[in-house]
Amino acid sequence: MNILLFSIPATLAAPEKFYRYTSRLLPKIYFLCSILFLLGMVGALVLAPPDFEQGDSFRIMYLHVPSAFLSLSIYTAMAGAAAIYFIWRVKLADVFAQCCASIGACFTALALLTGMIWGKPTWGTFWIWDARLTAELVQLFLYLGYWMIRQIVPDPLQAAKRSGILVLVGVVNLPIIHYSVVWWNTLHQGASLSLMNKPTIEASMLYPLLCMIAAFFLYFIVIVLLRMRIEILWRERRSQWVQALVRQRVLI
Amino acid sequence: MSHFFQMGGYAVYVWGAYSLGAVVLIGNLWLTHRAKRRLWRRLLEM
Repeated sequence: MNILLFSIPATLAAPEKFYRYTSRLLPKIYFLCSILFLLGMVGALVLAPPDFEQGDSFRIMYLHVPSAFLSLSIYTAMAGAAAIYFIWRVKLADVFAQCCASIGACFTALALLTGMIWGKPTWGTFWIWDARLTAELVQLFLYLGYWMIRQIVPDPLQAAKRSGILVLVGVVNLPIIHYSVVWWNTLHQGASLSLMNKPTIEASMLYPLLCMIAAFFLYFIVIVLLRMRIEILWRERRSQWVQALVRQRVLI
Repeated sequence: MSHFFQMGGYAVYVWGAYSLGAVVLIGNLWLTHRAKRRLWRRLLEM
């Protein structure tokens, strides 16, 4: 049982194994991501009918919802990685969290900006200090704070420790964002999708949204894996396997 | 076709939002590839 539980993660957690495994995996994810993205874009911009109340402005949702989804799920993954790093000292988990931060910040900013652009014609204002919007802005500052700690603290071990504490403390913001539309009487509408309940939108509008969410998620996986590979090569630059790759000039 | 680009009068908002999305998606890919090229150069110089 021990072997089953620990051998697979331990194998993947070895930087060299991870590097070789992701070399084979990346093209497949890249391909799948492109297909889903094309399908999602055609569905979002062409196939889905204009909304009864919002007209064509609702099409912004196909960027807004996947970005907001990534904003929260990347943070959850970072917090999990930080915990794994603190408990088991898996260096790869720290590399993962480090590479996530700027991507998470980008998608949080995109969620906020697309929401603002949609809000202007729909609510009549770009911004309002509403519970959901404010909590999402706090989320952006958490990502930026994490990224700044990584940039400022020179010692890698100290940087990993301090940024890890920040990301774990910041987890309290996740339920606040998620339940803000339920707890407070906000301007932001409730969830369109949920694991438990039936979706509140129609099928021709729903499937492009699911495609876009999947495509955005795979895009995140592609970018984070590429960045992790760069970070691993740099951290391991003096090791034999990296030296061998450099000599053979087979860096992919 | 022009009907498609007008987006029912919401053209500025819809295309504005989608161009921001394109900036984020293409920008992240570009930055990653630039970082990769820089790393290769530094590793080969070592």
